[in-house]
Formats: sequence, structure tokens, C-alpha cells
Amino acid sequence: MQNLSSGNDLLRRAAELGVSIGKVVEMHEAESQQQDIAKVRARMSRVLSVMRESATRGLTEPRQSVGRLIGGEAKHMNDLIEGGRALSGRTVSRAIALALSVSEVNASMGKIVAAPTAGSCGILPGAVLSVGEALGKDDSDLIDALFLAAGIGMVIGKNATLSGAEGGCQAECGAACAMAAAACVQLAGGSPEQCVHAAALALKNELGLVCDPIAGLVEVPCAKRNGMKAAEAIAAADMALAGIKSVIPFDEVVAAMYRIGKLIPVSLKETSLGGLAITPTGTRLAHEIHKNAPHPDI
Amino acid sequence: MCFAAYGGIITLSTPQEEQPAVKQYSCFDVLGPVMIGPSSSHTAGACRLGQLARAISGGEVSDARFYLHGSFAATFRGHGTDRALLAGVLGMQPDDERLPESFAIARSLGVTYEFSTVDLGEDAHPNSVSMHIRDSAGTTTHITGASLGAGKVKITSIDGLMVDFSGDYHTIITLHHDRPGIVARVSSELAAHSVNIAFMKVFREQRGSNACMVIESDQSFPEGLGRVVSQIPGVRRTVVLEPI
Repeated sequence: MQNLSSGNDLLRRAAELGVSIGKVVEMHEAESQQQDIAKVRARMSRVLSVMRESATRGLTEPRQSVGRLIGGEAKHMNDLIEGGRALSGRTVSRAIALALSVSEVNASMGKIVAAPTAGSCGILPGAVLSVGEALGKDDSDLIDALFLAAGIGMVIGKNATLSGAEGGCQAECGAACAMAAAACVQLAGGSPEQCVHAAALALKNELGLVCDPIAGLVEVPCAKRNGMKAAEAIAAADMALAGIKSVIPFDEVVAAMYRIGKLIPVSLKETSLGGLAITPTGTRLAHEIHKNAPHPDI
Repeated sequence: MCFAAYGGIITLSTPQEEQPAVKQYSCFDVLGPVMIGPSSSHTAGACRLGQLARAISGGEVSDARFYLHGSFAATFRGHGTDRALLAGVLGMQPDDERLPESFAIARSLGVTYEFSTVDLGEDAHPNSVSMHIRDSAGTTTHITGASLGAGKVKITSIDGLMVDFSGDYHTIITLHHDRPGIVARVSSELAAHSVNIAFMKVFREQRGSNACMVIESDQSFPEGLGRVVSQIPGVRRTVVLEPI
């Protein structure tokens, strides 16, 4: 069975078979998990359905997060769009709103798909659903795009990391943004090479991104970051579709991300010991949220 | 002796030469788990730990006490870790939309619960919890585990015996008196039923005293295996777990 351990593997296999990267990943999944293609597609269809539900819920039903730091941002964004006042155009502004909705659902203990993580769960659905709507794509095309996204994510996971505790937010929101950028290119009919360039362009834009959430919760700055990265993914996709190439190949960008992640101090990798988490406001909010929790023994 | 089996349709399969014993990285490891938020380690992983504790204790829970360590202890309210642990102990899956209501559900079922914090020492994983689960017959089982991230977990002790398994595989656990022959008897039962062992670990407190064996397979165990194993002399307790 072929290995799909790098961007080059994905491209080579797509060229050999004359299919999209999404199809390559789907076939590989069926073979490696010893299941029918139909069963594998049905499972991805369920993923799409949970993504769609979580992306649309928050547009009309604001939900307060458990830590009470966020809630209602998706509706605010949606109201701006519906009022015709969004500067960023329909596709991008809607991607932001959808991503905010998923993040809000996550932070209020609703059901989401970790993509690749719960902290980054809004980026891929936000971008893919909005672009899919704008291009009139059906669920089958969206499922193909999700397979491509998973393939890009697996390459990052195998050669770097998808964990904020190990690689900072580069590894979670950065990876999600790269996955989403590639997926949007495939939806738009871009070539496999363009998909991988989009992933590289997106990921290069995430290097050095730290994980410093307020009070250790997946709320601030996570939810709004998901919104913005859905927009960035579409920007990277547009560049790739325009024929702009990443000077540094995707596999090398992934390796750079991993090396940079190792250099990020632990205080900025999901420990809430640095950055935003220790601002005066961040510290005050953390204290307010946790003041009723029993203190662990030191 | 306590015996718990999780059945469904169990089919015997002929081992294939090429069949991998260890799971391959899947698309659904990246686009997944489908879960209740906010955190795959502090919510989804916590729920899975609760599910495993329920299964290990025998399945009928009357009381559950949770002692949280480290990061679990520091942020459990904001991540709903307490609600998720209890939801798992009640038998809910990590994507069950009733998970946030687990306290009220427990009360309606007459299941009592308590949460507090503990220091399990500096070697314990930062997302660790010690769970004391009492079944309807009054027997309490002590289970510790850790949430490793991305929804993955591991169980680290059962009734004071150190173990190490993930719950991702079909798992058979025996608590037995350490004496020659028990490991051989259990593995020969599996071989007789063509079950391919992925991982096998044996732990003991000290030579000749309490011991524990954990066998993990990517195939279902044959019907009745748990019963056969529980009758081996020296085996105090047998637990059979389906993948959670």
C-alpha cells in the first residue's frame, strides 16, 4: 500500500491515478482501514453534517460560552452581512461568521468536529461551507474537499504536529488554515499542485503563532482567531488559483513549522503562562472564572 | 469474581497474514472526533475516561467520586470536565448532546457523585483523574487515567495495580494472583480462537502477590471468553471491554 506521508506523495499519487488529491486520500482511507469506499464516504458525510449544523446554529442563536468570555459574535457578524455592511464581500464575511458559529458552539458545550482540534474547529467548515455555497457545490464535492483537507492534515500530523501543547497555535489553527486553503482550491477546480501551494502559502502565514488562551479555556482568542483564519484560508486559495506559487515547498514549510514549534517557550504553548493569558485583563478574567474552583495542592 | 462482557455480534475471523495489529492513521483522526466541546483533552477525553471507568467497574454505577489532578484540577469547570467525566460514567458517548446535563441526569437516576482535587505526584500526567466507582452491589473499584490530547486516553491503574492501555482496542483485563501459568492459559485460549494479540502487558505488585494482565486485540473476542478466563484458578476478576 502506498504511503501518503508528504505533500509530494499526495501529488505523485494524484498524477499517477489522474484524480484529485481528495480522491487519493479517500481511496487510501478505504484501503488502510479495510473498509468500503461507500462506508468511508458515509462517515465523512456525517462529519459534514455536524460541521454544517454547528456552523449555522450560532448565526441566529447566540450561545454563551462556559467561561462566559464569548457568545453572540457569530450573530453579530451575520447581522452585519445581512445588513449589507460587511467590507470583505459575501464569501469571506460568511466564512468568518460560520467559523465564529462553530467556535461558539464548541465553547458552549455543543457538538462539533475537531478539525484537526476543537480549538481550531471553525476554520475548515467556515471556509469550505462558504466557498461551497458561493460556487454552487453539492455535498459530494464538499466531501471530496474534506478528504483533501484530511490528507493535508495527516501530512502535517505525521511530519510536524497537530497539537498546540507541542507546536503552539501554528499546529492547530495553522494546520486548519492550510487544510482549508487547499480544500477551497479543490472546490474551485484548481489543480492538485495549486491545492498544495495554497496549503503552503497559508501555513507560512501561521509560523510563530503561539497558544496563550485566557484562563486556559478555548474561548479567547480562539473563537475570533477561527473567524479570521477562515478568511485567510480563502485569501491563500485565491493566490494559488491566480497561479501564485509558494517559493518554499509545502513539505519544507511543514518541517519549518515543526522546528519553530519546538523553539516556542512552554509558557506560550497551551499553558496560559504567557502572552494574552497574563495581561492585566487576562489575569483578572482568569481569577474571576476560577475563583470558585477548589485550589489544587501544590 | 466479577465478570463483565460487552457483546453484540461477535464473529470469529481467520487471521490474515497481512492484517495489521496496530491501527493506521486515519482521516477521521484528523477530522474527528465528533464531540461535545470545548476541549478534546478536557471534555471528550474526560468522557472516554468515564466510559472506561464504568466498563471496568462492571457497568451498573451507584456512586462516583472523582479526584482531579494537575491541569484537570485547575480548569475543570471551564472545560466541563466534571460534566464530561460523569457523563461517561453514566454511559454517554463523547458526542452525546445530553453531556452538559449529566449532573441532572445522574440525580434523576439516583446516582450520587462528588468532585474534588488531589495531587497524584509529579510523575502523573497533567490531565489525570482518580475515579472511585461503586456498583449497585456496593463494590468499589479504583481507576486512574489520563487524557492525552485529541480525545486519546489511557488507564493507568486499577485497584492500585499499575496498567497502561488506551481503550481503543478490544481489551481483556485480568486481576489475578501472580503465579506461573495464568498468562499462558489466557493467551492459549486466545490462540485457540484465532485471536491476534496486538499488545500484551503484565504488571505485578511484587513477585507472588497481586498481578494484572492486559491484552489488546483489533479483533472481537469470542463469545464466552471472559467466562472461560474468569474460571482459571488464581484469577480474581476479569473485565472484557469493547473499543470505546
